[in-house]
Amino acid sequence: MSAIIIATIVLAAVGIVVGAGLVYIGNKFHVDVDERETAIRDVLPGNNCGACGYAGCDAVAAAIVAGEASAAACPVGGSAVAEQINTIMGTHAEAAARKVAFVKCNGSCENTQVRSNYTGINDCRALALAGLNPWECMHGCLGFGSCASVCPQNAITVKDGVALVDAEKCVGCGLCVKECPKNLIELIPYGQIRAVQCVNTDKGKDVKDVCAVGCIGCKICTRQCVTGAITVENNVAHIDYELCTDCGACAAKCPRKTIRK
Amino acid sequence: MGKTFRGGVHPLGHKELSRDIPFETYLPQGEMVYPLGQHIGRPASPIVKKGDRVLAGQLIAEASAFVSANIVSGCSGTVKAVDKHRTIAGTMAECVIIENDGLYETVPGVGTLVDFHTLSREEIIAKVKKAGIIGMGGAGFPTHVKLMPKDPDAIRYVIVNGAECEPYITCDDQLMRTHANDIITGLRVLLSLFPNARGVIVIEDNKKEAIRAMETAASGSKGISVKAVPVKYPQGGERSCISVVTGAHYGITQLPADVGCIVDNVGTVYAIYKAVCESTPLMERGITITGEAVNTPHNYMTRIGVSCRELLEHAGGLKESGAVKVMAGGPMMGIAFDSLDVPMCKNNNAFTFLASDEVAEAQKIQTACIRCGRCVRVCPQGLTPQLMSAALEKKDYDRYENKLHGLECISCGSCTFICPAKRPLTQEFKVAKAEIMAAKRAAQAKEGAKS
Repeated sequence: MSAIIIATIVLAAVGIVVGAGLVYIGNKFHVDVDERETAIRDVLPGNNCGACGYAGCDAVAAAIVAGEASAAACPVGGSAVAEQINTIMGTHAEAAARKVAFVKCNGSCENTQVRSNYTGINDCRALALAGLNPWECMHGCLGFGSCASVCPQNAITVKDGVALVDAEKCVGCGLCVKECPKNLIELIPYGQIRAVQCVNTDKGKDVKDVCAVGCIGCKICTRQCVTGAITVENNVAHIDYELCTDCGACAAKCPRKTIRK
Repeated sequence: MGKTFRGGVHPLGHKELSRDIPFETYLPQGEMVYPLGQHIGRPASPIVKKGDRVLAGQLIAEASAFVSANIVSGCSGTVKAVDKHRTIAGTMAECVIIENDGLYETVPGVGTLVDFHTLSREEIIAKVKKAGIIGMGGAGFPTHVKLMPKDPDAIRYVIVNGAECEPYITCDDQLMRTHANDIITGLRVLLSLFPNARGVIVIEDNKKEAIRAMETAASGSKGISVKAVPVKYPQGGERSCISVVTGAHYGITQLPADVGCIVDNVGTVYAIYKAVCESTPLMERGITITGEAVNTPHNYMTRIGVSCRELLEHAGGLKESGAVKVMAGGPMMGIAFDSLDVPMCKNNNAFTFLASDEVAEAQKIQTACIRCGRCVRVCPQGLTPQLMSAALEKKDYDRYENKLHGLECISCGSCTFICPAKRPLTQEFKVAKAEIMAAKRAAQAKEGAKS
């Protein structure tokens, strides 16, 4: 009988000592986690894509709490996530406009011609770094899809030799912008229709020779624009999306159909 | 078998197409184009403008930095423009374009004979620099920079590279057969710069006539010898030449001068002779027009700046079946280009018109790497192409550069040639080297902007 009592007492004593030790150690090594960080981490998409420029969702959550990153830091989550983060942080909701990638070239097989056959690694950077260009136009999309291969959302397809972004799938992470060796991709506001599909800086005649839809820098669009959003620099038109009302007057008059309708 | 270098392969030579065709001197009649960046280093800056009249041998663009080279007009005529023009690299580059009047009026003084013994070391280097001489074997490194190593007394060998290991090309072979005495004089000019050096002319032993001609010319000259070496690609590589002459396997971070060697192509040595002893700047060179698709292959001695189309037409044009690929240089290291309206540069030794595209054929049967290790065995640099390729698949540029020393690849193409899985190894490495160098330049620019 006494054996049972002794065992109970010993176990109880051990339990109390260990328990007290755990409480003490727990207090001693306690780390304050900002609960906002956990909350933000929960509303972030959680696929650790790195498009925000931080190591992952945990890292960007910490940065937001520390005030290093804005509430709209996550390009994948977009405005919905930014709003939730603003609620958690108690800050005002900034108007985080959703941006999508846009390829500034429409030099498809129909509009420009292939001047040479290329054999080798199917990668735009491989071509561009070797100074190769199988197309007549020296500025346009090479069509080997380096952008498509880095897109985490599979939003880019190469059709007829030109990369095309699906604006619905695109989350505006900007990885393709960095990848494109021809610097053809730009982030434009979601829903924006009017955009210049050309970057060719050559003179008008040279552009006409190589592409049916290349910008010749004729400046007709600048005269149509009532808000002064279009400028022509280096023989190619550019739209300032801050000023553009997307009215479509420029696209209607563009003689080369360079501006997307 | 004589002493040879590590690795290497045996591609078909195809030299029989043009090897016994003597040089034809051709004075171009059409427009002449001079890209400002046809050498390694900073592009030259033009000193002529539209409408100027220039003479053959006149300086039209000046070296703009220490590593840069002068450019000299090869014809007389009027400057049509200083504008963008298509070049062999496939890009539009800044060029001086000259409307050739076909008269070939030369600048007074060109052709004056000079005894090089009367010149000082500085005068010789100044003449080489003024003539715009660059490495004519292909790389295009400014020669006057090469001739100014830190310690001229430490140079033990001046190696004249007449290996010409690249398939199809025969212009160096012809140059050695016909201008052996001039090359030897050029070598003696070089030896006068380096008092402790011996001259060695390296020639692959499939060029019997060239070896004989050079031996005859060299007999009696003290400290000059001809070395016939076994046929193996890439014997014409700088390191391969040094390896067979000195037996030295030197570290991959070292330069030839660090092991006491200066290596120059026979074309370069001939150009040095012309510049120093005949006061003629670099305005002409030998070039081979060859390939299965050409009606009559030729070896030309022609003016730099002529368009590829003009040379091809003079050589009798293409066969009816046409060419599928045209390369500047040979099939191993040459680059394919897509327009015949491009100028021949100082470092182009051949235009090769191929009737079949073996690269495209190989791509059709490409498989995964089978890890056979043949690429490792043939790499003349002692690299591990298989591991380098695997690192690049993961975009691990750090491992490629620092662990596997991928920047030491000389793009000779031996690994791609031998690969039974037909993997485009050399192209992968070329891209990787360009990516790494671009990243380095960007980092440097950032650093510069900060400070």
